[in-house]
Amino acid sequence: MTAQTLYQKLWNAHVVAELPGGEALLYIDRHIVHEVSSPQAFVSMRESGRKLRRPETHLGVADHAVPTRSPRADGVRHGTIEDAQAAAQIAELETNVRDFAVPYAELDGPEQGIVHVIGPESGFTLPGTTIVCGDSHTTTHGAFGALAFGIGASEQGTVMAAQALRQKPAKTMRIALEGQRHPLVFAKDIALAIIARIGADGAAGHAVEFTGEVIRAMSMAERMTLCNMMIEAGSRVGLVAPDDVTFAYLKGRRLAPKGENWTKAVAYWQTLASDAGAAYDRELVIDVASIAPQVSWGTTPDQTLPIDAPLPDPAALPDGPAKRQAEKALAYMGLAAGQTMAYVPITHAFIGSCTNGRIEDLRAAAGVAYGRKVAAGVKAIVVPGSAATRAAAEAEGLDKIFREAGFEWRLAGCSMCVAMNDDRLAAGERCASTSNRNFEGRQGPGGRTHLMSPAMAATAAICGHIADVRSLGA
Amino acid sequence: MTQPLTTLSGHAIAMPEENIDTDIIFPARFLLITAKAGLGQYAFHDRRFDGSGAPVEGYVLNRAPFRPEDEAAPFIVAGANFGSGSSREQAVWAIAGLGVRCIIATGFGEIFHANCQRNGILPIVLPADVVAGLMEAAEGEQRFALDLEAQRLTVGNQTFAFDIAEERKLSLMNGWDETGLLLHQYADAITAFETSQQATCPWLYAKED
Repeated sequence: MTAQTLYQKLWNAHVVAELPGGEALLYIDRHIVHEVSSPQAFVSMRESGRKLRRPETHLGVADHAVPTRSPRADGVRHGTIEDAQAAAQIAELETNVRDFAVPYAELDGPEQGIVHVIGPESGFTLPGTTIVCGDSHTTTHGAFGALAFGIGASEQGTVMAAQALRQKPAKTMRIALEGQRHPLVFAKDIALAIIARIGADGAAGHAVEFTGEVIRAMSMAERMTLCNMMIEAGSRVGLVAPDDVTFAYLKGRRLAPKGENWTKAVAYWQTLASDAGAAYDRELVIDVASIAPQVSWGTTPDQTLPIDAPLPDPAALPDGPAKRQAEKALAYMGLAAGQTMAYVPITHAFIGSCTNGRIEDLRAAAGVAYGRKVAAGVKAIVVPGSAATRAAAEAEGLDKIFREAGFEWRLAGCSMCVAMNDDRLAAGERCASTSNRNFEGRQGPGGRTHLMSPAMAATAAICGHIADVRSLGA
Repeated sequence: MTQPLTTLSGHAIAMPEENIDTDIIFPARFLLITAKAGLGQYAFHDRRFDGSGAPVEGYVLNRAPFRPEDEAAPFIVAGANFGSGSSREQAVWAIAGLGVRCIIATGFGEIFHANCQRNGILPIVLPADVVAGLMEAAEGEQRFALDLEAQRLTVGNQTFAFDIAEERKLSLMNGWDETGLLLHQYADAITAFETSQQATCPWLYAKED
């Protein structure tokens, strides 16, 4: 048998039928459902009179539209949501999960949070599974050695009824991470540096697998950050082969296998590594020692540079797409050719999202915030990725560090990553953000987003301008 | 069931820009609307309208014959990575709401590409030099003609061939509902897969303790 990549193993294990034209019908093991992308899928189920094939393989939660504050002292949000459209959307999800018997993480319950944070936390996300969600950052779950990808609402309807999807196999791309990184260079910096190097569509059509000593030493949180960001290089699939770090993370989680099933599952999961000599369509080696803290300056995630690098000068670029894009981005962002990002004043700092809303991210930001104060004129918010993350952070006292430094300590949700809840930028406002997209208007019409790591966003909040976390001092 | 697509003719909306993401196509704040129909008014909203809601003068969708109300431009021509970003299918429903049935670009966001095919919209990938020529033709208000069965796009006296998987072509031409089709053709295969997987991966079928 020829040597196989992890992607090929996962694919082959889920083929229900080969289809004409090189496509396959792929079995789907898990589907995460949120309030924004699922209503039309449930409508299609009702209109067609179809049954949900395996309700227990779905998990529902409200995250995108939810406010991250409550007027109530006990933090309960249900019944307090002022935005009528958001309240109606959440109510529609609650009706749908009830009518179709889908397990649901209640809005005010201990398992609510961002889809890509609670899937892993609850043990719903497992190695060797296929996982879909009506959300492009479903790439996140690939950190567990799962074949996970974002889909549209029509495809969600198909998964609900048929538990399978017609798919075309991707090409494979290996990104080997080698070298010793600076202790203040994080997975987010590595992801941004890769995207800047290969472009916003640089991995289109490819399933990206991360290998190398650096990935083996990373926590699950950092692996998730890397896989999460691969959609920003155009890839629907990021992958890391499961190992002891993965198994230690999963053991004992509510939906993880128990007893004899655990032993069997681990034995299977240990086979989920690319075979020696497996061929990839593309290979890239990244020396992480050469990566400095990264900051995006433009309006696509590949418009990113090391903190100390000068911004491009469109006049020096040849006529073509890169020049046009640089001109457009500098104008939108209110920046000048040749300047560096350091000392650019900010109005907001956002720490959270499915990219960087986990406990490790909050610890990194709290490490910077400890004993310091948010600069005057900066609104800084910390939004844990889930209720469980929030509780864990409070048990460690991180909330006190943030509050004493002048950060707002919020309830779990997508928050300022996506301008469809209460947390938005106004036109011209500038945010140091740990989220994943710096698109025009992503955080609010006319808002300006700079992507960076949690430590860098906390540094910007303290300084009042974008700054290098390495030069902050102890 | 979507509207079958066989032939198409009319003007093409030129969007000479790379990385037109789904936040540009359908700004996130409108995702609170749960309807599928009537979303055309929000397509490219923050490019089309200023902060006060007034049309932005000169923007292509505010110029005849490319305005939605002209009902004359069922094509879009765009640069690389069109529809990148979020999985929101509203981006496709909004474009459909403009009356567009075919998008030509040098590349697409993959989820957007899949969403197009589910909604009777044909995404065509062509090389950069060809797209550059089509962009000029679109801006010069030349008429485009599509023959899906023949996999042919004609503009002026030039004809371009494009690739599409046979199954996808048939689906678009017949307006087939993919879910219904899969359930009809593969129900037994899906059940057989589950029986087999339950034996090899029993933990995926275990009830919670």
